[in-house]
Amino acid sequence: MEQKITLRVDGKERTLTIDARTTLLDALRERLGVTSPKKGCDHGQCGACTVMLDGRRVTSCLVLAVANDGAEVVTAAGLAHGDDLHPVQRSFIAEDAFQCGYCTPGQIVSAVAMLREAEEGWPSVVSEDLDADRVVLDREEIAERMSGNLCRCAAYVNIVSAIEKVARS
Amino acid sequence: MTSVNETNEPSRRAVLKAGVGGLGAAMLPSMAEPAHAAGPATAPSAVGGGAAGGIGAALKRVEGPLKVRGAATYAFEWPVENPAYLYPLLSTIASGRITAVDAGDALAEPGVIGVLTHMNAPRLAWAEEPEVAVLQSDKVAYHGQIVGAVIADSIETARYAAGLVKLEYATEPVDVDLRADRDDLRKPEHAQGFGQLPGDLMNGSPADTTVGDFAAGMASAVHRVDATYTTPVQHHNPMEPHAAVATWTDDEITLYCGSQGVSTPQELLTRAFGLQPGRLRLISPYVGGAFGSKDFSALWGTVALMGAQLVPGRPVKLAFTRQQMFTLVGHRPASIQRVQLGADAAGKLVAISHDAVQETAKAKQYAEQTVQASRSMYAAPGRRTSTRIALLDVPVPTIMRGPGEATGMFALEPAMDELAVKLGMDPIELRLRNEPETHPETGQPFSSRHLAKCFEEGARRFGWKHRDKKPRARRKDGWLIGTGVAAATYPSPRLPGSTASARLDKNGRYTVRIAAADIGTGTWTTLAQIAAEALGVPLDRVTLQIGDSAYPRASSGGFSSGMNSWGTTIYAAARALHTALDENGGSVPPEGLQVTVGMPDDPKLKQYEFGSYGAQFAEVRVHEDTGEVRVPRLLGVFDVGRVINPVTARSQLLGGMTWGLSMTLHEETAIDHRYGNFVNNDLGGYHFAANADVGSIEVHMLGERDSHINPMGSKGAGEIGIIGTAAAIANAAYDATGIRVRDLPLTLDKLLR
Ligand code: FES
Ligand code: FES
Repeated sequence: MEQKITLRVDGKERTLTIDARTTLLDALRERLGVTSPKKGCDHGQCGACTVMLDGRRVTSCLVLAVANDGAEVVTAAGLAHGDDLHPVQRSFIAEDAFQCGYCTPGQIVSAVAMLREAEEGWPSVVSEDLDADRVVLDREEIAERMSGNLCRCAAYVNIVSAIEKVARS
Repeated sequence: MTSVNETNEPSRRAVLKAGVGGLGAAMLPSMAEPAHAAGPATAPSAVGGGAAGGIGAALKRVEGPLKVRGAATYAFEWPVENPAYLYPLLSTIASGRITAVDAGDALAEPGVIGVLTHMNAPRLAWAEEPEVAVLQSDKVAYHGQIVGAVIADSIETARYAAGLVKLEYATEPVDVDLRADRDDLRKPEHAQGFGQLPGDLMNGSPADTTVGDFAAGMASAVHRVDATYTTPVQHHNPMEPHAAVATWTDDEITLYCGSQGVSTPQELLTRAFGLQPGRLRLISPYVGGAFGSKDFSALWGTVALMGAQLVPGRPVKLAFTRQQMFTLVGHRPASIQRVQLGADAAGKLVAISHDAVQETAKAKQYAEQTVQASRSMYAAPGRRTSTRIALLDVPVPTIMRGPGEATGMFALEPAMDELAVKLGMDPIELRLRNEPETHPETGQPFSSRHLAKCFEEGARRFGWKHRDKKPRARRKDGWLIGTGVAAATYPSPRLPGSTASARLDKNGRYTVRIAAADIGTGTWTTLAQIAAEALGVPLDRVTLQIGDSAYPRASSGGFSSGMNSWGTTIYAAARALHTALDENGGSVPPEGLQVTVGMPDDPKLKQYEFGSYGAQFAEVRVHEDTGEVRVPRLLGVFDVGRVINPVTARSQLLGGMTWGLSMTLHEETAIDHRYGNFVNNDLGGYHFAANADVGSIEVHMLGERDSHINPMGSKGAGEIGIIGTAAAIANAAYDATGIRVRDLPLTLDKLLR
């Protein structure tokens, strides 16, 4: 079964006819040529495919494209404006927060969304005060909130440093 | 069918039309911008003259701006027109034969182009090699073997139709039991790679070694340790699945892939398909992690090429699923290791033995140098090592980060800790007392060995002297706290078979080409730094080209050999280019100057023992009631020779230590003994360290140059970080709890009492 849908991907409107079985991740990568989000597991277990869907971070391998007609999608490619990188992207480079780079676009989208969640006061499992208005993003909070994004190169220590720097500034 | 709104995608089409060369240029990093200001452009000076951006410069990865946007092109992402998709079908038995194939329903599914099985797959010219050949007979040698493939117009259709192919099997009994008391254990023979090296083990060394009289030494010892340690099957799980885009035309056969080296699979697949040398081209500029799983095994290449042969001219895309990766790209073999140590009253070792038993596949011997570190680590007059393998109905195991020593040092180093406890001696002191002057087996000198300095520096930074002497002595908020230490070593080999070209153009630009790989190790940056240093010019005048079999042949990146092998070769090419320039009276002809040079012979390789060293420190907390283990702090001090790039070297060591933490606390692939399948074959079931599992990790490098190993003075950094980490953590867990866990992983059930 196929259906026509429209997505706004990194600011551009894209219309495509798509198999009902196609995940948002495969729609982006295989149909639209947007390969910034990566496929690491196709099972929602690694976070490599993380994109922002209508402003929230999701694992796009677990989302069906047909169910999201009209949605707004932001990938790591869309966080940069040409050569002008997002502060989180610059910080990842400065802290060497990646090696092979395969988990990196997912980590970065996840970090940008996570910073927003913290700003809005969302607690995590390691937050002391669940009702606090403000979340202080220390290393433990960052590590906890970034644990949906696996990195087998194990750049975690640098990933936390990169995000901590942005959170502080 | 799928239709795409094309107007938004002009650049992609333009890139596509530009062909492979244009693509490469579009997707590769610019070498021009080091992170700090380059010095003034100078004329080529003597080889090794301090160049801006040369060896030692703390440069950021040159491809960083691409990677943070997701714009570095990995295997599955090469843009191709109208691809077909291949989905492999895996066996559901571990041993037996396929008796019937019914592909009727699959072929009837709209969008299916073809179904490959052993009945119709192309016959290979090299059908016997289990790490290369697929679909050559009805025999099933392990659970999860490729027994078919569906090629279709879309991923969804290929995957769905694979479920419609019906296979019937005649099943034989399954044997996947690794036990040290099996009566069919055997001594491995030529168990390395593809049989290139003499010797029994994967690294070309003998299975058994003996020096002096071990039994007499043990009999005379005042203090003895005799303990058995086990390690489970582990899986690499690089984040990028093994993938390929294959195109087969009359002119060229192209395979975009992610590989630890393009030359080795090019040669394996050329042989398998009986091709003219040079006809098959592999392109792999970026690799989303490998850790050993993208070196020997080439099944992905074979099946992708078979698919491409079926639809000549049409690109075929293949990516193994995460679950399929558990049986198709190798694993670290499980081990059972007995270590015996005997020491005199003063803590001097008089006897060492290390006997390893390891699983391998019935289909192919793979045997690690698990006992290697016990041959070189400590002095003792009586010593022996042995390795035995059990041939089981499992997939062929392979190299995985720190192959051999990563598991072997989980036996030797906890045993040293047990000995220190018996002696009532500080474990660092025990190690220092047994430092060998020369290699204890061969008698050869070490090219450099700064292990003592690693311990000294590490003890100071870690605050080791404040340690309690007794186990189970420190408690805080229900957590038992302990500290532990272990030594690390890994050889720094130079692999044969690399060639590099160096070119100087009229405009003063240098181009260095070698089919080397960057698997996240930083090669794009570090090899360019070496080239700049070797050429004696600033980095911004050098263009490095790697990751393509069209460039001169290179050994694979593995065993911490990359920089040593490729860097030495580039130095030779730089020298030859300077000679050519001199011969030309110092001027560059209009067509430029180019040389292509193989890695030179080096008599020193036979005269010294080369290796990296390290001291690993760990603080561990074990919850008194739940047994939960946390590792709030790791600290490593490493002797990796002269550091080529402190940024990327630190990341490699950090990654290695985190791997060590992960293998200690989490990693274990369970096998079902009834059916021979790996049970926890996904990232939910196979947990490796996530961000929240990792605490503080400090990395320090001594930076002492090794004056014998290579022109750079650098030793390997890829493996050493994982070596000894598990021992340091297990020793710290003993210090915290008084419980000695000798079986990895260190899960909470083993620490309750
Ligand atoms: S690919 Fe989506 S979570 Fe792994
Ligand atoms: S950088 Fe390689 S997996 Fe994260």
